Amino acid sequence: MLQRPLKVAIHKLTSCSGCQLAFINQGPKLLKLLEFVEFTHFIEAGLFAPDQEVDVALIEGSVSTHDDLKRLVNARQRAKLLVSIGACATSGGVQALRNMADDKENWKRAVYAHPEFIEELQDCTAVATHVKVDFELWGCPVTQQQVTECLRQLHAGVKPKDNAEKLCMECKRQGNVCVLITQQAPCLGPVVRTGCGALCPSFGKACYGCFGPSEQPNCESLTNRMTGFGLMPNDIVHRFAAIHSQSPPYQQQIARWRLQDLEGSD
Amino acid sequence: MSREIKLNVPFITRVEGEGALQLSAKGDEIESLQLQIFEPPRLFERFLQGKPHTDVADLSARICGICPMAYQLTSILAMESLFEIELPDHIVDLRLLMNLGEWLQSHALHIHFLAMPDFYGYDSAVQMAAKHGDLLTRGMQIQEAGNTLMRLLGGRSVHPIGLQVGGFAALPDKGAWQHARQLVNDAIPAAIQLLQWTAELPIPDHSQDFTYVSLLGEDSYPINGGNIACSNGLTITAQQYPQHFKEHHVSHSTALYSLVDGQDYLVGPLARVNNNYRTIPEHIRHLAEQCGLEFPNMNMFTSIQARALECLWALFEAQQMLQYDVPKGQAHVPYKVREGECSFCTEAPRGLIFHHYELEQDGTVAKCTIIPPTSQNQARIEQDLKQSVKQYGLHHSDNELKLFCEQVIRNYDPCISCSTHFLDFTITRQ
Ligand code: SF4
Ligand code: SF4
Repeated sequence: MLQRPLKVAIHKLTSCSGCQLAFINQGPKLLKLLEFVEFTHFIEAGLFAPDQEVDVALIEGSVSTHDDLKRLVNARQRAKLLVSIGACATSGGVQALRNMADDKENWKRAVYAHPEFIEELQDCTAVATHVKVDFELWGCPVTQQQVTECLRQLHAGVKPKDNAEKLCMECKRQGNVCVLITQQAPCLGPVVRTGCGALCPSFGKACYGCFGPSEQPNCESLTNRMTGFGLMPNDIVHRFAAIHSQSPPYQQQIARWRLQDLEGSD
Repeated sequence: MSREIKLNVPFITRVEGEGALQLSAKGDEIESLQLQIFEPPRLFERFLQGKPHTDVADLSARICGICPMAYQLTSILAMESLFEIELPDHIVDLRLLMNLGEWLQSHALHIHFLAMPDFYGYDSAVQMAAKHGDLLTRGMQIQEAGNTLMRLLGGRSVHPIGLQVGGFAALPDKGAWQHARQLVNDAIPAAIQLLQWTAELPIPDHSQDFTYVSLLGEDSYPINGGNIACSNGLTITAQQYPQHFKEHHVSHSTALYSLVDGQDYLVGPLARVNNNYRTIPEHIRHLAEQCGLEFPNMNMFTSIQARALECLWALFEAQQMLQYDVPKGQAHVPYKVREGECSFCTEAPRGLIFHHYELEQDGTVAKCTIIPPTSQNQARIEQDLKQSVKQYGLHHSDNELKLFCEQVIRNYDPCISCSTHFLDFTITRQ
């Protein structure tokens, strides 16, 4: 148990800033959090001290430029513990879809008139590809509960544990009607990590996997089942080529069904 | 004696995302001034190509965590216009209610976390908690009312999951509806106080002549429909947007610059209030005028007042809808996909947003263009800085100049979902 507030830096790499809102959106609870957390670096909130030594560095965003990488390495050196927060940081996020492109230069040209002005790395990658990560919080975005719980445990000197259980379990506990069974909707719940409170199924909609892969995801049998619903191989590719396209279990499915798609069209 | 100023602000703090500024001046003349945005390209417009139209809303939300709904809804409305979907009234109303929620949370966040510290001499709202907890708590109450409306209809406030082509995934339940009603009712007095507070702020006068652009409300304040009105006299439909608004790419920034008929322009709360003040209900205008606010005006430093005014309007509007029972009926209507092109504009909290899609026969995205508010404001921010810095006076110390520039930039609430290069902070004097 720390007798002083936990010193925390929040660093943003390539991201939408949505995960940082898990702090700024807390309302009055933020004032409670400030009782045991001292933010030292948090640019959106006006604090700029990237070189200060801290207990914990929280990293939002993926590494997609040389600059991202430089800042990440610096953040790692200044922090006792490093936690990656959100899909971008844990698996590359939505922008990592560009890694799947066959011709990356053409992609840039499609958006920018002068792609030569854009300095970026070949691929867009997760934080753990580059530095040692102590803990990961998954989700796009992460929730207020996740970040608060994690910081509370770190302050208490307890090792945080992220729950990797399947979304399906939470959904069943809530007593939702299963959209996979009743609507034959292509729900990723059986292979997605819990944490959001089974939001989509509770709205009667298929989960699209924004919390990333769960423990032991059986993607093989889920996708086989989806073909039974009438999904074409390319439809299955799109289910997995979304927020966590770079996570290994989803990547495998993308490769597998892309191949099927090619073979089918021969 | 002339002084040579080289001001290099590596990170402009308290903006959504990150940006940098370089200013160099000699004597009384500014030699160069560049607002730098090195947004690592996330290439949304490209990776949406080939995606099913039903995936667009959930993916495009990720452009921005602060106004995800604006991106979702604009894409959905564009597609609904192509598919000629007729929405029942209750769905139209609920979408408006959710929009109001997004404006409320975004404006409250800007006023309290991004702008307020400037007026009290702090770096950060976090440091204000001890001394000005009451002001923050008031802001958070308004922010929470907004977030509650987003959750009511979208499940969560960042990247909500409720919206879809044809309506919503599900309609809200009674308990959540009543809870939202309560929070909105309670937030109204807070918003009135907020408006008064903004009226008492020491607002400097940096009025300038500029062009402003927003949607035009016929008989109500515009948010997710209507024509585009430009203060130069132009009124056009969303379909005509590309004929008049052109983007170009400059070397010092990865956000594209946008001009209307060759001219820089403003979008956002002040542009909206200026174009549509008359459509705000009289009792709200009365409150504003009572505390001495004057709209329309050409002083960007009053944008904080425009934001507060919109918060109050949004809360009254939401209150009106929430006083009735929770709507019943279909959550979404069936529709037939068809191929073709479609465009739509809505008002995100930070201003006009434009989407264009080309869909194939089965609804696959063939092409798309998304123009966010900040790239539209970027050219205007630079012009504003060039004029207002001179008016403010280059004789001020480098630190004063830096703070002033940052305030000018923050007036636009730029949402630069980007990260910037690390530049060393250097000031060279001669
Ligand atoms: S994980 Fe999602 S919410 Fe978080 S920063 Fe990335 S895109 Fe935004
Ligand atoms: S149900 Fe799935 S897609 Fe929906 S919020 Fe939860 S994890 Fe994300």
